[in-house]
Amino acid sequence: MIEVRHLKKSFGTHPVLDDVSFRIENGESVIIIGRSGGGKSVLLKHLVGLLQPDAGDVLIDGENIGPLNERQLLRVRKKFGMVFQGAALFDSMTVAENVAFALRRDKILTEDEISRRVCAALEMVDLPGTQNKKPAELSGGMRKRVGLARAIVYEPQIVLYDEPTTGLDPIVSDSIDKLMMRVHEHLKVTTVVVTHDMRTARRVGQHVMMLHDKKIYANCSPESLFASQDPVVRQFVDGVADEKEILFEP
Amino acid sequence: MNFLLNKRVHYVLSELGQISFLAKDIVVSLLKGKLVWRDLLYQLYSIGVKSQMVVLVTGAFTGMVLGAQTYFQFHKVKMDTATLAVVAVSLCDELGPVLTALMVAGRVGAAIAAEIGTMRVTEQIDALRTLATHPVEYLVVPRILAAHIALPLLAMESIGLGIGSCYVVGVYILGIEPTYLWMNMLKYTHDVDVVIGLVKAFIYGGIIALIGCYKGLTCGLGAEGVGHATTEAVVYASITILITNFFLTLVMGKLVGLL
Repeated sequence: MIEVRHLKKSFGTHPVLDDVSFRIENGESVIIIGRSGGGKSVLLKHLVGLLQPDAGDVLIDGENIGPLNERQLLRVRKKFGMVFQGAALFDSMTVAENVAFALRRDKILTEDEISRRVCAALEMVDLPGTQNKKPAELSGGMRKRVGLARAIVYEPQIVLYDEPTTGLDPIVSDSIDKLMMRVHEHLKVTTVVVTHDMRTARRVGQHVMMLHDKKIYANCSPESLFASQDPVVRQFVDGVADEKEILFEP
Repeated sequence: MNFLLNKRVHYVLSELGQISFLAKDIVVSLLKGKLVWRDLLYQLYSIGVKSQMVVLVTGAFTGMVLGAQTYFQFHKVKMDTATLAVVAVSLCDELGPVLTALMVAGRVGAAIAAEIGTMRVTEQIDALRTLATHPVEYLVVPRILAAHIALPLLAMESIGLGIGSCYVVGVYILGIEPTYLWMNMLKYTHDVDVVIGLVKAFIYGGIIALIGCYKGLTCGLGAEGVGHATTEAVVYASITILITNFFLTLVMGKLVGLL
């Protein structure tokens, strides 16, 4: 279970999150939407302790991770798998080495078992047989899939996705959406997705939270969000720019 | 003016504080962490083996130039056969470790900062942390250990080749009598000179890797950030080595005097 209480975060004099509170139950699939630069990724990084809040608490299974130091956080992070916006694959390693990274560091499993788990994870993301490729040889969609395989291979309880479909064509985005749903169903993980892709929000989430003006503006089901008549929600869902945001008029 | 000075002092103190925290993290990682021997060996290869050519060329030509210059001066007072002794002591105490460290700072310090900096801007370091891996334990500790081990070995290679080159130039080009040249070198170069060189090189190895890793871990965003980090790693490491060398020379000189 993830609980965020009165979270505040600023970078210099620029506030990004102000009094953000919410709760995500085990096994839920939650989408966080909001404008670019609105603090979605910052919020996601707080959940896994990559950023420290200026005020407020982040509780993972009831444990406040705010006071923990980097070394103590490693234990909490074993509960998480994270897929980064740019995949963040280790470019000096092959696909198999990337996926096996956490298992090898743990030194619990034998090489045979690690290799079996890597194959299973790559099959789950529809990339069998790519073990010996380097990240530079992969397309954007494939890199995201390898990132997902790396995040799920050690069977975490919570999987975080940071803009998983950004920069991908609609067909690849569709396959990533399906993959996220498959992982959620098969592994029974808690899923948190940060995106501004409305199709992802509609299909993947059981719950949608909208960040607006540094706060959680809406927290509801996808159906309610898409049926909402609130002007701020409507504007974001319909993707309509303000007059003042149109810099170059024809 | 006062404001700018305060800002500069604040910046320097803040950098020193952060480097101290990194050094503390390295010590804790060494005590608590699990060292992966394969990573250490890879870094030894990368820092030590791959730096050999540049270090050997530096050592050889420094030995030859220093030998020739010393001969030109000593020849005037008929002290030709002391040439190799002066060169050997200079190389062991000062030039060997310092020049080796400066060359390695240029090659390895820059590479460390660029590699870790690129990992930072592409979120690979965040990925490491989410994979329950401490970045200092995984990235910094093997590099620091490898640099500490490699630098003394490289310095000794450089010194050895420098002395050998000086001998060849002295005997075969400048015509110095080889037996006295060699005997004087053995007479005036003591074990302690070699130990001073080794200790200095050991310390400079740590300085190069520490500053390279620090600059990589704290580099700014984008290609510009990585570029700045790389440049600063080389400049700061070189300056730190030269300043540290002065104090080490004083301290070790005193220690040797006391012994």
